Amino acid sequence: MPKTQAKVTADSSPELMIVAKELTKTYGDFIAVDGINFEVKKGESFGLLGPNGAGKSTTMKMIASTSQRSGGELTILGKDPNQHGPEIRAHLGVVPQQDNLDRELKVWENLMTYGRFFGLKSSFLKPKIEELLQFAQLEEKRNVKTEELSGGMKRRLTIARGLINEPEILMLDEPTTGLDPQARHILWDRLFRLKEVGVTLVITTHYMDEAEQLCDRLVVMDKGKIMAEGSPANLIKTYSSKEVLEVRFGSDNNKTMAKQLKGIGDRLESLPDRILVYTEDGEAALKKILAAGMHPITSLVRRSSLEDVFLRLTGRTLVD
Amino acid sequence: MSTINKTWQGAAKLVNPATPMRWGAFYVAEFRIRGMLKWAAAIVAFGLGNPVMYLLSIGVGIGAMVNNSQGSHGIDGVPYLTFLAPALLATAAIQGAMDEVTFPTIEGFVWTKMFYSINNTAISSKQIVDGVMLSAMARCVLQVMLYELILVAFGALPLASLPVLTVASLLAGWGFAAVMLSVTVFIKDDDGFFAIVGRFILTPMFMFSGTFFPLTALPIWLQWIGWVSPVWHATDLGRALSYGHHVEPWLLVVHVVYLAALGLAGMATAYPQFKKRLAE
Repeated sequence: MPKTQAKVTADSSPELMIVAKELTKTYGDFIAVDGINFEVKKGESFGLLGPNGAGKSTTMKMIASTSQRSGGELTILGKDPNQHGPEIRAHLGVVPQQDNLDRELKVWENLMTYGRFFGLKSSFLKPKIEELLQFAQLEEKRNVKTEELSGGMKRRLTIARGLINEPEILMLDEPTTGLDPQARHILWDRLFRLKEVGVTLVITTHYMDEAEQLCDRLVVMDKGKIMAEGSPANLIKTYSSKEVLEVRFGSDNNKTMAKQLKGIGDRLESLPDRILVYTEDGEAALKKILAAGMHPITSLVRRSSLEDVFLRLTGRTLVD
Repeated sequence: MSTINKTWQGAAKLVNPATPMRWGAFYVAEFRIRGMLKWAAAIVAFGLGNPVMYLLSIGVGIGAMVNNSQGSHGIDGVPYLTFLAPALLATAAIQGAMDEVTFPTIEGFVWTKMFYSINNTAISSKQIVDGVMLSAMARCVLQVMLYELILVAFGALPLASLPVLTVASLLAGWGFAAVMLSVTVFIKDDDGFFAIVGRFILTPMFMFSGTFFPLTALPIWLQWIGWVSPVWHATDLGRALSYGHHVEPWLLVVHVVYLAALGLAGMATAYPQFKKRLAE
């Protein structure tokens, strides 16, 4: 049986940016985060993967030191956020799920006022803003009001804003939700560059491809609990097969066909619209199916992804 | 390749948390005032235009009739314009301060959610409250001074009374703004909030606070509106300070204490409610 909880060392060395032990958050009777354990090392890119309502955003708010935990322990940059919220926040960068920029202020003014909140002087901020505008590819938009920016530009500005204090940890809540594929790739490229600088990244996402692209290590969350922890490749190796064969027999037939497919591949997963056959060799499995006289309407062989890990762990798909 | 990694020092070196922990409220006020400056022309135009309109229509127009029928002593022993001026000043202070706490608070929590991103920095919820109030007071001072400029030009206020009147107006502006701050923090959605405040709170407060006539001219069952209204307390106080309108000493104390109590109660509610809402 694989371990389902992240390993936690007894004492936190200075290299540990975040340590959570039995971290819990409740709202009345509702348990949003249910005793989770994890730690994040310096320079690491750490992901929280899970569906909406899994407790990712609540966890992020506790790390961001704006929401107090209900139980357990939490140490960020060596400090307890319940006691040292402002000190911790002074060294964090936060990119919230929604781009909460000021609408009346221009692009550069949004960066300037935000920098002031850290007590940074305008002599430092002026060149810093130029650097960040370049980084976010917004140099030509510096004098534009933020409401005139596209979704991708707003997102990049929010990320640039989160970098104004050169944070030790940059926290990104669903960084590319709602963006088109091109805008996502630009963003991923920018985040890679930050990793190169040595910034610790904490990312929540419900996109598997994003988690695979950006995260060195991640935890899979569901219903406030951590279901599994590891690198994307390791999680796939542990919880899924090398390849997946997807076959469709039409929505009325999938259920009955799934029974006939038993014995093919290592494991079957029957979804309303398709059947997933987990196997080391997808093509071979497909040949077997055809040889047995079954004729799927469509078939597709692909590599296993984190989606399959999630399905295995929770019995549900990640994005509905 | 961007220049970002050449100059990167890291927050541990770059940011001293003690600075924002000490000055945060001023940074929030600075942010708010930057936003207000986008509306500077409108703020000044209304600040100057409103008193001119009131003075010309009600002060001069109605004043002529009042002075005619009351003889040279006008109302309360002074010309109507002199009687009206402290009320206009109190209303202006209250209105100006209120605008700069209600709109930014709904904007900060609902429209742009900017308060949440401010709270993601070293700035605390208390500093956000203080900063918003500071910037509202800055607007209030400007509004009061513009009114005073016009009122003095019309000969409606004695010059010597300006310093105390300014202080009294700011007290009234702060008192009501604090109450509005503590109410606005509960608004989840702006649906009709400003219309309700305008129609059912501001307008009656303006009409029934002894603004245009002494409060005692109203039937007793309407006078209570004046008693609870900060506009009446500020107006009655302002008349005493401006032209020496007779007010019992105990009532003067009540005026000051009432306005201060509104302010203290409002702030005492706003602080924990801001903290609670920002943690949601």
